[in-house]
Amino acid sequence: MNSSAHVASYSDPVEIPASILRRNNMWDALLRNATRTAALTVLVLLGGVIASLVQGSVPAIKAFGFGFLTSSSWNPVTEKFGALPAIYGTLVTSIIAMVIGVPVSLGIAVFITELCPPRLKRPISTAIELLAGVPSIIYGIWGLFVLAPFLQEHVQPILIALFGHVPLFNMIFAGPPYGIGVLTAGVILSVMVLPYITSVSRDVFETVPTVLKESAYGLGCTTWEVVRNIVLPYARTGVVGGVMLGLGRALGETMAVTFVIGNAHKIASSILAPGTTISASIANEFTEAEGDLYSSALIELGLILFVITFVVLACARMMLARVEARSGSRV
Amino acid sequence: MNDPIIPGGGVTVQKPQLAARESGEARTALHEKVSVRDVSFFYGESKALKSVNMPVYERKVTALIGPSGCGKSTLLRIFNRMYDLYPKQRAEGEILFDGKNILDPKQDLNLLRARIGMVFQKPTPFPMSIYDNIAFGIRLYERLPKSEMDDRVESALKRAALWDEVKNKLGGSGLGLSGGQQQRLCIARTIAVRPEVVLLDEPTSALDPIATAKVEELIYQLKHDYTIAIVTHNMQQAARVADYTAFMYLGELVEFGETRQVFTKPAKSKTEDYITGRFG
Repeated sequence: MNSSAHVASYSDPVEIPASILRRNNMWDALLRNATRTAALTVLVLLGGVIASLVQGSVPAIKAFGFGFLTSSSWNPVTEKFGALPAIYGTLVTSIIAMVIGVPVSLGIAVFITELCPPRLKRPISTAIELLAGVPSIIYGIWGLFVLAPFLQEHVQPILIALFGHVPLFNMIFAGPPYGIGVLTAGVILSVMVLPYITSVSRDVFETVPTVLKESAYGLGCTTWEVVRNIVLPYARTGVVGGVMLGLGRALGETMAVTFVIGNAHKIASSILAPGTTISASIANEFTEAEGDLYSSALIELGLILFVITFVVLACARMMLARVEARSGSRV
Repeated sequence: MNDPIIPGGGVTVQKPQLAARESGEARTALHEKVSVRDVSFFYGESKALKSVNMPVYERKVTALIGPSGCGKSTLLRIFNRMYDLYPKQRAEGEILFDGKNILDPKQDLNLLRARIGMVFQKPTPFPMSIYDNIAFGIRLYERLPKSEMDDRVESALKRAALWDEVKNKLGGSGLGLSGGQQQRLCIARTIAVRPEVVLLDEPTSALDPIATAKVEELIYQLKHDYTIAIVTHNMQQAARVADYTAFMYLGELVEFGETRQVFTKPAKSKTEDYITGRFG
């Protein structure tokens, strides 16, 4: 009370002209409406995409019903379509991408934040970010002409020889080394998701308070123990977010996968065999889709991809909420 | 907690308690646990410490005081070589810990830091349960069966005067505690590893007066088993808890002596100016 009276005595109340007040209010209203319109546009767009996907897939849904999800036939001539191989391929390539990409990304992020000499920090970070800027068509070409032959000649024979006699694994690594196939697509995807997971993880690792790390070092922790017990638990929300971002990219990636996966609508137990993904099928076949049912089936594939991505995101949210609740209040 | 160790009240702490310090005891058989010999320290090009020499006596509390930027925290962070985490920082000279130079590049840092524990300015509970906060450090060096680990956790929490407050929620997050409790948790965590020296870097600067009093009481208890070095901005705190006090200014050690002497009959005028509040 006292202080405000004190302050008021310093500057006598100035009469602000009504015109200025009116103008300020107008700008405020304008800003409010403009931003609200922008926000609503997103919702309208999203709703529109969903609506048109659903509408487009109505013929296929009518023709195949629920069987579309469980059938693995894909025959444009007889117009029998099933999504299972595409769904399977999408999930398996994404899993491979995550299995390879997540540990490598976290490794890079840990190196950059904890171990890297300062003069290497910037070049490595920049290189990672450039990796995100490479167009996917380039990854596709590189995958087809460089990576696939390399895997075919040097990696896949070793995998086959190594796991050929191990039960279970001999099913996963079976068959001739084609080069192109599910594994190759997964490897390409792992390179593509790497910059996303790395840069998000690096950013959240850098938010870990120095003093927290110092107190762990102060107990006699090694760098590995600090990373495992302090940095990763502290940053887990962000890391999971980064992984989900990468997973979203892996699920939807089209061009690079189309180049190297082989585009075969069948489910093979071996990850060396050719397969397909939802987005690769759509990209490959949309131009040649003759007849309403064929294109409707492809649109329904798109709808399924949409749902999968949505479910993955929802799961990630729920998982995070559970983790947060368990560990109590977090900073 | 209720019996004041320092006559006149170790807990109701508003005024320096100088006269109460038993000066006779201090003269019996002092052992230099840590000896700082001609230590200089550099942040890149700038010199933060200039040829500091001082002892840290075993089972005594040594306070480092001085205005901001005088190098007291820097000196403390050399004792466990925390500066080694940062590439541009380096120390020169010798620090003898039980006669062995810890600035030797061959010194095993993890072992050193387990023997010389540190508590920081802000409470830093790890993102895990209260129990695991304590057990974490122990697990780094010892494999104990569950029952023994329980005992160690309990005794560390008891020593830090925190047991009664947390015994029913050991599984809860350490971050759910109040600031003062968190800081005592950090002290418990440090002593659970059974270090020989405990470094305290302004341990109460983020705490309210009641929590501060508890931590000071704790420091007084701990010196029977540990050698303690404490950096503090609060001169009354130094007067209350420390047996020896080092006054630092602009990277130099101006004066080192018994706390009582430094505060009542400082040898240097600089020290007197600082403790009487003429600057700093």
